[in-house]
Amino acid sequence: MNDLYQKIITMTQSGLPVESRPFLSIAKELGVSEQLVIDSFKKMNDSGLIRRIGIVPNHYAIGYTHNLMTVWDIDDKKADSLGKEIGQLEFVSHCYRRPRHLPDWPYNIFAMVHGKTKQEADERMEEIRILLQSDCHQFCALKSSRILKKTGLRL
Amino acid sequence: MLSELDIKILNRVQSDFPVCSDPFSVLAIELDIDKALLIKRLSELQQDNTISRFGCVINHRKVGKSLLAALKVPHEKMEDTVTLVNAYLEVNHNYQREHAFNLWFVVTAATQCRLDKVLDELESKTGFPLLRLPMLKPHHINLAFDL
Repeated sequence: MNDLYQKIITMTQSGLPVESRPFLSIAKELGVSEQLVIDSFKKMNDSGLIRRIGIVPNHYAIGYTHNLMTVWDIDDKKADSLGKEIGQLEFVSHCYRRPRHLPDWPYNIFAMVHGKTKQEADERMEEIRILLQSDCHQFCALKSSRILKKTGLRL
Repeated sequence: MLSELDIKILNRVQSDFPVCSDPFSVLAIELDIDKALLIKRLSELQQDNTISRFGCVINHRKVGKSLLAALKVPHEKMEDTVTLVNAYLEVNHNYQREHAFNLWFVVTAATQCRLDKVLDELESKTGFPLLRLPMLKPHHINLAFDL
């Protein structure tokens, strides 16, 4: 990653300014032209360095108050295909394959499930269980009891 | 309570923010509202914490190395452990969860070497074995929430 990209990312991790010309204000702070900042964002977007530019809503504030980190122990041979199916469910925001650590941690698929009520979140988890059937040996939901830190990326 | 206008704005601005000199004009035309009103409403939604952040979501896999980690922390050690873990700038998310592994956090660093160093330090300072769960394969990463 080039130096300017690194600077832009570091500088804007806490957020972009909500004002008429946000890229101009970043440019001024970095001492470069607005066009250069715009071009850099476009290139970072095109290369996939930036996944998206926009607002990140607060899940709780928009009504998704019941968020579950669900974890699943799925046959290795089927983990990728079933993981993909889980990821396509509209209430799943993230779905990843991660390594097991036996015997402590038997789960290999993680899916974040969101609901507006406890019942809704539970029903959605049940929907995943039904989809997996016998390919899933055990599963678990880890409800968060406290958010202890949530900040942008620091490099 | 979110108004219909708020929902319209939030649904639109979660992704594809126009990268140009005057982005809010582009959005205002698309949404068919006044530009000044759009900026005012977005600022208010940010202030009242309906919006967590306005900015870019980085692809961690391309920018740096990151890992999900978990610890089993006994109740009486929880607060000290949280303080210790949160003190690292490399820790960007940290949640207490209801499970034997009750502390879950994401560690991100510019290089694998730095990441490993932070993880080793966290393990030795907390005194608990660290469950290391790197992402092997992303199956889905949501780009926007339908409100």
